Amino acid sequence: MIPEFGYAASVAGLLLAVYGSAAAAVGAHTGRPKLLESSEWAATGVWVFVTGCMLLMVYAFLTFDFSVRYVAVNTNRGTPFYYRITALWGALEGSIILWTWMLALYTLIVVRKYRRRQPEFYPWVLAVMLGIAAFFLLVMTIPAPPFERLSPVPPDGRGLNPLLEDSGMITHPVALYLGFTGFTVPFAFAMAALIIGRTGDEWISITRRWTIIAWYFLSLGLLIGGWWSYHVLGWGGYWAWDPVENAAFMPWLTGTALLHSVMIQERRRMLKLWNITLIIATFGLTIFGTFLTRSGIIGSVHAFTQGSIGQFFLAFLALVLLGAFSLLAWRLDRLKAQGELDSILSRESAFLLNNLFLVAAAFTVFFGTIFPLLSEAVRGVKVSVGAPFFNLVNIPIFLALLFLMGVGPLIAWRRASADNLRRNFLKPVAAGVVAAAVLRLLGVGNALVLLCMGLVVFVTGTIVLDFFRAARARRRSGDGWRAATMGLLLHQNRRYGGFVVHLGILVVALGVAGSQAWSVQTEATIDKGQSVELAGYTVRFDGLEASEESNHGKVTGTFTVSNGGGPLTVLYPAKKFYPQEQTPIAAVDYRLGFLQDLYLVLGDFGQDGSHATIKVQVNRMVSWLWIGGLILTLGAALAILPDEKRPA
Amino acid sequence: MSPGRVLTRWLIPLAVVPLLVLLGYGFRTDPKVIPSPLIDRPAAPFTLKTFDGSPIALTALRGKVVVVNFWASWCYPACYEEAPVLERGWRAYKDRGLVMVGINIQDKEAPARKFLAQFGHTFPNAPDPAGRVSVDYGVYGVPETFFIDRDGRVRYKHVGAVTDEIFKAQAEKLLGERP
Repeated sequence: MIPEFGYAASVAGLLLAVYGSAAAAVGAHTGRPKLLESSEWAATGVWVFVTGCMLLMVYAFLTFDFSVRYVAVNTNRGTPFYYRITALWGALEGSIILWTWMLALYTLIVVRKYRRRQPEFYPWVLAVMLGIAAFFLLVMTIPAPPFERLSPVPPDGRGLNPLLEDSGMITHPVALYLGFTGFTVPFAFAMAALIIGRTGDEWISITRRWTIIAWYFLSLGLLIGGWWSYHVLGWGGYWAWDPVENAAFMPWLTGTALLHSVMIQERRRMLKLWNITLIIATFGLTIFGTFLTRSGIIGSVHAFTQGSIGQFFLAFLALVLLGAFSLLAWRLDRLKAQGELDSILSRESAFLLNNLFLVAAAFTVFFGTIFPLLSEAVRGVKVSVGAPFFNLVNIPIFLALLFLMGVGPLIAWRRASADNLRRNFLKPVAAGVVAAAVLRLLGVGNALVLLCMGLVVFVTGTIVLDFFRAARARRRSGDGWRAATMGLLLHQNRRYGGFVVHLGILVVALGVAGSQAWSVQTEATIDKGQSVELAGYTVRFDGLEASEESNHGKVTGTFTVSNGGGPLTVLYPAKKFYPQEQTPIAAVDYRLGFLQDLYLVLGDFGQDGSHATIKVQVNRMVSWLWIGGLILTLGAALAILPDEKRPA
Repeated sequence: MSPGRVLTRWLIPLAVVPLLVLLGYGFRTDPKVIPSPLIDRPAAPFTLKTFDGSPIALTALRGKVVVVNFWASWCYPACYEEAPVLERGWRAYKDRGLVMVGINIQDKEAPARKFLAQFGHTFPNAPDPAGRVSVDYGVYGVPETFFIDRDGRVRYKHVGAVTDEIFKAQAEKLLGERP
């Protein structure tokens, strides 16, 4: 019965969403409050039905109901308990349920929060959000029905993709989807602003925190994705410019641009058109990302479901882009800037450049990602561009962004005077140059690394300088250093939360530069008792052991690691053999450190355990990515806190 | 507003059309289709022992159209979807000189036998315990099906569940050729 209930719930949700969207729009247009009220009930109903779908699916997983195709494909009787719950988002159909559920949840929050506060925007926001929810419910009903039956009912399921049996996969999709769906709220407000013709700053100040929330979750999702890639996939890296990664990275880039450009609109009444365009692009990219990864038009290392879902997403993408840009064209006259750029040496221009570079980065990633398609359409040749292209184009852009990160927050609005520049930048620039010189003398030869580290020191200098001055100002009004610091972080949380995010990015930048430049690796086939040496570590092969786990067989190697002195640790890299997979899955083992990680991947081995091939990597400064990521998300959390009322 | 400006304005939404067209074009291509290097080459010979215990060798089948299907009992749902198709195809064409061979890979014996019993397969099925045959045929995932002509050359490779239409089209084409 579960599949029937689930299907009925998704159809009911779809009908309610369509009705609610129409009722909200008609209600707003004709000014009939009863209609609007009914659409609020519809929004609640959508959430209830989607929650029902989700619970039914979890129940089907927990009871091993293999008559549901999705359950049979994504679990088997050996799947551990937690992964039976998270298998819900282990593949396409269930992910769509999760996505729709989050969207419904955001809609519900919008209803509760804005029905009284924003009577003019609100009905249109509701209409847009329910319209988007209706699309996802349509996907759940026609091209990707999660409750599809499987007949004959198999005695056991296929099992979750083994790579997804990891704690990172429990949280990664949740964070990522909260980010993706989160951008729906500012998008809906922007559309409402165009429809009712209030194209000023209101939609921006209402949705500022929503944008940061979406950005926060998207960052978290990208970060956990990198960590998963690093400690599960066994290639020792955290980012491969795979289409799936790019799909999440592009809206992050345009979202980051938006977070900065809204400040110029608030302050100088400029960039109205640009900001609307950015939110349309960001929302469009979240849909495009899903289209890209689910339509099968671009090859990827990730396994994708195919079917008619791609056509649905493309049609929806067309509707969103054509609709949104038509609204924009219609309101073009109301999107004229009221301020203008006074000087190149100003905060406005620093922010404009920042936007230019972020959008350029998003564009190059976009171009590289769809290049195979473009090449085949134009030249009839299948070509794809890999990491070298993305690195070549993006490294200079990101270095320029680092530089602007130091300039933007401190340079004066309108026109910077020579005094302003000297006061804010002389010491940080000096610190950056000295740092780069010292590193050069210490033997760092890589010019890009020197440039990156010099820039990081420069930007850190600007942040420290600003923070120190602000804290000193607070101290004059009687606070101690501690109170002054906390006061800044909590009461000027928007500015200083942003600074904390910047610090996080700097630490991530050091991690990227260090790991790319200084990581080393070696691979060797060694007999039992023999050792392989790398970067001061000695890794001795002590034997193999086979075991049978609940849903796979496993061969575990024992490797004793020492460095100069005595034994340091014992690592157990393994190979896992899942019956449903063609190839064994490597389970890496590692010892994380602040400056370097030791990372072991077991390769081929003798059946008798006499010899094994082991890949040893010493990955430098990778931990800085996770630390920087943590700082970054803390800063974003700080910026999400409500604004302090500023004295007029 | 002048007509020119009105036109310019509507160029904004129209600017996304080329992109949408390009993406739509993507449906006409499949990035995963990389032509198999085995096509039109002689099929790698194999000798296996079927589940019934009788030997089966590809070389002995020269002059017939041979359909080789790689499958596994855990392969839900594709292998389950195509199992009845294969049996139907075999029954329809065996009298005209088609031989159907199932090769069970990466599997355990008990569930594999259960699978065969469940679908009542009457064509020969053999396990490939060392995985040699699947390596020779470059099998990446199950199911994969190879259509071999009367001269012993691989003529068509199908990845994923075979449908009645595909089976019929390939069988008719290859059976229609003179050896």
